Amino acid sequence: MGKIDLNSENSVYFDVLREIGNIGCGNATTALAHMLNKKVDMSVPRVRLLDFQEVGSILGGEEQIMAGIYLMVEGDITGSIMFLLEKESARNLIAMLMGTTPSDGELNEIEQSALKEIGNIITASYLNSLSTLTNLSIYPSVPALSIDMAGAILSVPAIEFGLIGDKILLIENEFSEGMNGFFILVPDLESYDKIFASIGM
Amino acid sequence: MSEIIKVGMADLKTCKAPDGVTTLGLGSCVGIAIRDPIMKIGGLAHAMLPDSTRIKNNTNSYKFVDTCIEELVNELVKQGASKSRLQAKIAGGAQMFAFQNKSEMVRVGEQNVMASKAKLAELGIPLLAEDTGLNFGRTVVFYPETGDFVIRAVGKDEKVI
Repeated sequence: MGKIDLNSENSVYFDVLREIGNIGCGNATTALAHMLNKKVDMSVPRVRLLDFQEVGSILGGEEQIMAGIYLMVEGDITGSIMFLLEKESARNLIAMLMGTTPSDGELNEIEQSALKEIGNIITASYLNSLSTLTNLSIYPSVPALSIDMAGAILSVPAIEFGLIGDKILLIENEFSEGMNGFFILVPDLESYDKIFASIGM
Repeated sequence: MSEIIKVGMADLKTCKAPDGVTTLGLGSCVGIAIRDPIMKIGGLAHAMLPDSTRIKNNTNSYKFVDTCIEELVNELVKQGASKSRLQAKIAGGAQMFAFQNKSEMVRVGEQNVMASKAKLAELGIPLLAEDTGLNFGRTVVFYPETGDFVIRAVGKDEKVI
C-alpha cells in the first residue's frame, strides 16, 4: 500500500476503477434485461469521486428515501458492494419483474425479497465482469436490504472508504424508463493491491 | 432570525443560540452534540469511525470519534464555553444492514457509540441522553439554547431527547 492514491480523480488507479465500473455496469444492465425479458438501455455510467460532505448531495439529498442492497464480497477480493436506487425506481422495477402495477406504501415481504433478488443478480453480474477482468475469484454473500434515508444508507460504504481515504467512489448508472441506479464497490486495502497487480500495475 | 447550520459527514459545526445545528441521515455514523448551557454555545459533530489510533490514514480528524470530540470541545472553548460546564447528547450508530456474520465493519455503529461514550467520559463531559443503535437512519437537530436534540426517522414520530 502507500503507492495507491485514491484521493485524486487524476490518479491512474482511479481510471482503472472507473473502467471496472463501466464494464460492470454494462454486464449488470444485460442481466437486468434478461431478468425483465425486455430491452433495457443504459446511459454511460458516471463515475464520481466525492468528499464525504458531498455524499448527501447526490440525488435528492440526504433525506431522499432510497433502497440499498448490500453484499459482502469474499474470495481473492474482500470488501463489499452496494446497489442503490430510488424508492420509486425500486417499486417500478419490482412491478416490472412481478408483472404487477407499482404499489403504494411500504414494500411487503415478497416485494422486498424480489428487490433483494434484483440486487443480487445485478451485483453478481457486476462482480462477474470484475472477476473475468482480473482473473480473481470473487464471491458475493447473501444480500441485505435497507430502505431508509440516502445519507444513512450511504454511511455504510462511506465508512468503509473512510478506512482508506477521504473520498467515496460512486458509479451512477441510469437505466431506461427513468430508473436511476448507483453502484458502490468497496474493496478493502489488500484487495486494491490484488486488483491492480492482476492487471499488471 | 435563527438559522440552522448543516453539518456534513466527517464534519463539525458550532453555533450560538438561537441558531441550531443539524445533520441529515445519520446511519452508522454517530452525531455528538455538546453545549455549554450557560453561554448557550453548542456544536454538533458527525463522526464516521471509532478510533483514529487504529488507522494509518488518520489526518482527517473530523472522521474519527475520538479526535472529532476533541476538536469540537476545543472549538467550543475557543468561542467562550467553559470546559467544565459542557454537556453531551449522542445519536446514531445504527446497524443499517442485517448480516449474520457480525464482522467488525458491520458493527461499526455500535463501536462508534462506545467510542463516543469513552471519549466523553475521559474528558469528564456528562452524557445526558442518547438515541442510538437499532437499524434505521436519523436526522438530528441540536439547539444550544435549550439543549433539545430533535430526532427524526423515516416512518417514526419526531422525538426530543
